[in-house]
Amino acid sequence: MATHTSDKKKYLVGIYDHEETVVSAVKKVQNDGVKVDEVYSPHPIHHIDVYIGHPRTKIPIAAFMFGATGTTLAVTMIVFMMRIDWPMIIGGKNAFYPPTMVPVSFEGTVLIAALGMVATFLVSNLMGPGKQEFMFDRRTTDDKYALVVDLDKNTKSIEEIEAILEKHGASEKPRVVER
Amino acid sequence: MQVTSAIREPLVTGGKTMHDITEDICKRVEEKPSMSWLIAFGFSVVLFIIGCLSLASTWWYGIGVWGLNKTVGWAWDITNFVWWVGIGHAGTLISAVLLLFRQKWRTSINRAAEAMTIFAVLCAGSFILMHMGRTWLAHWALPLPNTYGSLWVNFHSPLVWDVFAISTYLTVSTVFWYVGLIPDLATIRDRAKLTLEQNPLLATDTPAERAEKKKKRRPIAAFAYGILAFGWEGGSKVWARYEYVALILAGLSTPLVLSVHTIVSMDFATSVIPGWHTTIFPPYFVAGAIFSGFAMVLTLMLVTRVVYKLEDYITMEHIDLMNKIVMLTGSIVGVAYITEFFIAWYSGVEAESYAFINRAFGPYWWSYWAMMTCNVISPQLFWFKSIRRNLIWSFVLSIVVNVGMWFERFVIIVTSLHRDYIPSSWVYFRPTIYDVGDYVFSFGLFFVCFFLFAKYLPVINMAEVKTVLNSSDEQAKKLAEEKLKH
Repeated sequence: MATHTSDKKKYLVGIYDHEETVVSAVKKVQNDGVKVDEVYSPHPIHHIDVYIGHPRTKIPIAAFMFGATGTTLAVTMIVFMMRIDWPMIIGGKNAFYPPTMVPVSFEGTVLIAALGMVATFLVSNLMGPGKQEFMFDRRTTDDKYALVVDLDKNTKSIEEIEAILEKHGASEKPRVVER
Repeated sequence: MQVTSAIREPLVTGGKTMHDITEDICKRVEEKPSMSWLIAFGFSVVLFIIGCLSLASTWWYGIGVWGLNKTVGWAWDITNFVWWVGIGHAGTLISAVLLLFRQKWRTSINRAAEAMTIFAVLCAGSFILMHMGRTWLAHWALPLPNTYGSLWVNFHSPLVWDVFAISTYLTVSTVFWYVGLIPDLATIRDRAKLTLEQNPLLATDTPAERAEKKKKRRPIAAFAYGILAFGWEGGSKVWARYEYVALILAGLSTPLVLSVHTIVSMDFATSVIPGWHTTIFPPYFVAGAIFSGFAMVLTLMLVTRVVYKLEDYITMEHIDLMNKIVMLTGSIVGVAYITEFFIAWYSGVEAESYAFINRAFGPYWWSYWAMMTCNVISPQLFWFKSIRRNLIWSFVLSIVVNVGMWFERFVIIVTSLHRDYIPSSWVYFRPTIYDVGDYVFSFGLFFVCFFLFAKYLPVINMAEVKTVLNSSDEQAKKLAEEKLKH
């Protein structure tokens, strides 16, 4: 008889009521030997990603690269149009006149940097119009904090991890959720 | 002697919890439209339709229907353009500049101010398109290959810089606004989806409660906000990236907001018209833009505060701080008016001196003195704390400032043009019904957009207000005071 094994991973979800409690829980739970996978919250919590051990985001590097691309594209466009393809001498100014290139080059830099960075943000988070979300608990966009433990990445039993989450302030009995 | 600064006033009052914030803001979106909203929206639609009729006539007959002539080639259209662009500066200033300066009070007003920015820039853009006369050829302003093989646009011209500046500003402001909206859209999505799903934690519901919940099911909202929320889940990794995106967008938008009105001012400053040919224009225009933008934010937020009962989020402290910025920027504008008058005399250039004497004492003296009264004298009333914290005064003065700022642009544009170097061509510009009608169009467009925003999107940035709740609500302030006493 063929046996069906679920491809879904199992997570244990602890719910916390306060920002301070969840921040301290992340540190203490990890000190107790449980690897925290993620914390979901209704607002940003500074440095919690560092406590969890997420690598630092490379978004600023992407923004810089896109900005540099924007500057290069804008300057190339102006030089090509004003100097190479159809040289225009207007008001006695040289066709290649750097001060007049500043505004459009600046706008090009900002435009490409902003659009590129936001596109990187959406792609890196796999977000986009109509993307189906997976919420461990929908109240985490309201007033609750969810501390999620990937059971596959931990050697302790569910009961042990449950006890640790509750010991460090979980306001409800932790639940197992499949994703 | 040790000096301890006073504890600042709370930014969220009424002892709100995070759930209260969600409830207070989301219920405006979830409830059926109120009668007051329907009346206000209906009135805006009427304005919009009247404006569209005027606009259709303008397109059909051409811009010859306006009061323009050979001497006054720019008048209401450009006045309205600069006025709306100026108003469109406060949103990004509040979101970007105040974010960089870590001003927490911006969190309650940034969402509506950003929305206002986008709608104001749309209105401004509509005047550029109208002014072209043949709007369907608007793409000629873009650097596109054309049939003349190819004669490109002139990158030495500030009008071309304007095309890039305004379109970049509109795009970046919209992106900034939408990225900020995503977490709140997810909140509305989850509230709607919770009405459809049986939350395992609520499995103890009685049958009667379940029947009640069934009535409250909101599948359309769940679907629509589900699409708009982009699959937001709110994990710490995403929040960390989000914060970087917000910070860098703020860093990019700050010089952008300064560049936009600088470039708008260069439309005038790089010309040789007396009254326009002045190097003070860029800082003076930027200060004026912030001045009028904040005044419009005040007008809108004071109304929204009352209609949506948001007194606990838009507190007197917020109004006080906004009024202080209006007073500061109004004073900068006042100094700029006096400086340009002084320099016109000091330069010894006859035509320049005449342009300014003509502004103050010529046929358009009434517009000059309306500008001076509204922009220089009225904001000085905000030196009094009792006036800064009075809702009626704040509302009236915010409108007075915007009237004054419209007159400022009218004075700069029309009074500088109507008496040129040939006295036989001097004229007195009068707007026609189409000038007025096209201006009405922009009001219709603005308010239709704003009322739709106020009804269907969260007017206050819930996620950001929740962030400041722990440090800036009444409870936090009490704790801080107690700490200070010990």
